[in-house]
Amino acid sequence: MRCGDFKESYLEDEKIFQTLFVKFWLVLLAAGLILLPAIANEYILYVANLIGIAIIGAVGLNLLTGCTGQISLGHAAFVGVGGYTTAVLITKVGMPFWFAMPMGGLASAAVGLVIGIPSLRVKGLYLCIATLAAQFILEWIFVHWEAVTHGIRGINVPPPQLGSMVFDTERSFYYITLLLVVVGVGFARNILRTKWGRAFVAIRDRDLAAEMMGINLFRYKLAAFAVSSFYAGIAGGLWVSFIKVVTPEHFPFSLSIEYLAMIIVGGLGSILGSIFGAIFMVVVPEMLNVIASASRDLFPTMGKHFIPMKEVVFGTLIVLFLVFEPHGLAEIWHRIKNFFTLWPFSY
Amino acid sequence: MDIIPQIIVSGLAAGGVYGLIALGFVLIYKATSILNLATGQFMTLGAFMCLSIMGQTSAPFYVSFMVTMAFAALLGVVIERVILRPLIGEPIISVIMVTIGLASILRGLTHIIWSPDYRSFPPIFPPQPLDLGFAIVPSGLLWGFIFAMVCTALFAATFRYTRTGLAMRATASNQQAALSMGIGVKNVFALSWSFAAVTAAIGGIIIGNISGISIHMGDIGLKVLSVIILGGLDSIVGAIVGGFIIGLLENFAGVYLDAVMGGGTKEVVPFVVLVIIIMIRPYGIFGKEIIERV
Repeated sequence: MRCGDFKESYLEDEKIFQTLFVKFWLVLLAAGLILLPAIANEYILYVANLIGIAIIGAVGLNLLTGCTGQISLGHAAFVGVGGYTTAVLITKVGMPFWFAMPMGGLASAAVGLVIGIPSLRVKGLYLCIATLAAQFILEWIFVHWEAVTHGIRGINVPPPQLGSMVFDTERSFYYITLLLVVVGVGFARNILRTKWGRAFVAIRDRDLAAEMMGINLFRYKLAAFAVSSFYAGIAGGLWVSFIKVVTPEHFPFSLSIEYLAMIIVGGLGSILGSIFGAIFMVVVPEMLNVIASASRDLFPTMGKHFIPMKEVVFGTLIVLFLVFEPHGLAEIWHRIKNFFTLWPFSY
Repeated sequence: MDIIPQIIVSGLAAGGVYGLIALGFVLIYKATSILNLATGQFMTLGAFMCLSIMGQTSAPFYVSFMVTMAFAALLGVVIERVILRPLIGEPIISVIMVTIGLASILRGLTHIIWSPDYRSFPPIFPPQPLDLGFAIVPSGLLWGFIFAMVCTALFAATFRYTRTGLAMRATASNQQAALSMGIGVKNVFALSWSFAAVTAAIGGIIIGNISGISIHMGDIGLKVLSVIILGGLDSIVGAIVGGFIIGLLENFAGVYLDAVMGGGTKEVVPFVVLVIIIMIRPYGIFGKEIIERV
């Protein structure tokens, strides 16, 4: 009988797929995810796509805010930069989606580098306000740089194509999303156990101490901003290709808050947490939606109140998690797992 | 008539209101080192409260104003006690995020209770505009400005000359020492929050009088961030001076930059100023300079 999982070397401790048990369930999960389109209907696949896009964005933000400790209130704007770059490259330059989306990521990373510069001088509150300002400035640019962004009318984005295959349904697009989520999550998980990842965590825990240990703050803070906004840009490119249109209204300040809510609810500094948070934050509004339409006969005003209800629920979740469970869903998951691992002899 | 004096006058009038709202930020920051990002929602809530009390009970303005103030003060205390108190000592991101969550809740609630429709206040102030000779001040701006200045002066005087104000200043300058001198630091926290909620509600009512109320009024609360960064996060003088500067800049941009850049610059200029200030002088004009180089 297993009474614990003991590691005898650092290598073992840092392994991603630690035990046979974990590997078994991951393979099962992967098989389930690949076969999902065969059994699920369009609506579930639509939600699954949204979850995938949210996971990519949330993992990016978690690398910056959760792991490096640099608060960003402008994540939606980075998503927007990626989305717009992808849309413009596809429609104006005629670049295929497969090149336009990484370019969107790179453009977003470049903007992230610029926004990240204040982080070298200021931190905490001030950085938070600086990124907030960046959000509003970029949002203004989306609306007013008519020549490129077409202002509030937005740009229609054609679906991705590969040869004669067109990814224009929820079902086909699901595979693009799934692939990118797996690559993105795998990359983030790996970054965290390299020199870079350790530098990020050291900066979060105490920047002065990190500097004393020879970590170049300039380089790693900017790197965190760049990686984080690269993820955001990819999420943006994917999103605009999925919904086939891009307008400034898709990237409001409230989306930045939504992303922050994801990583707080999921668990700051945990990749697993970002995934949980993204799923939670996408599924909860959809549930609300379902409840709202189901109870339409009882409460005819429900439909009208859906958007503010969502805001209230998001706000309440943020507050409750911060006050009662600051480590988020990932921590709850660990507790449950540990309980069952050692059950019934938990001492 | 020349346009520049006109811009200056309306800039100063708007700046007076910004200063008042900024005062709320500074009060909380000084006492508790928290930046309250829900200030904008406090404003909206205050304005809507005042409006519906006037509408429902047809009470005169000063009565509903007093009731709103009492309500705002209570709201401040409750929020401090229930939400902020458990987070004392937590990292800064938690505290900021909690105020953002709070903002989200309050925005949703105002949306549900009052619907997103645009409202306008019944006229409270005498409608004649004031003709200064070189510029005309619309009555809303004029009375809003006077009102904001009176309130700011009242708060500043409370801070300066009363026992409570002394306790608040003591807490701001050194919490440990204040505690050991027998000042109820927790009461000061609660008091700061209720003061801030009251200043925000007054600001909301004034702005509601000038340009009407909608649930999007809360966005002004974020714009005021540039005021406090410019003036210095922990300086009351800075809040007032910063308010005037941002008000002026915004109105000048609205006239001159809009022609070049095509609309909406009024909304973005405060944020551009904010970024520049953060880059070159993060502690603002009057703020306490804390040097921490990394």
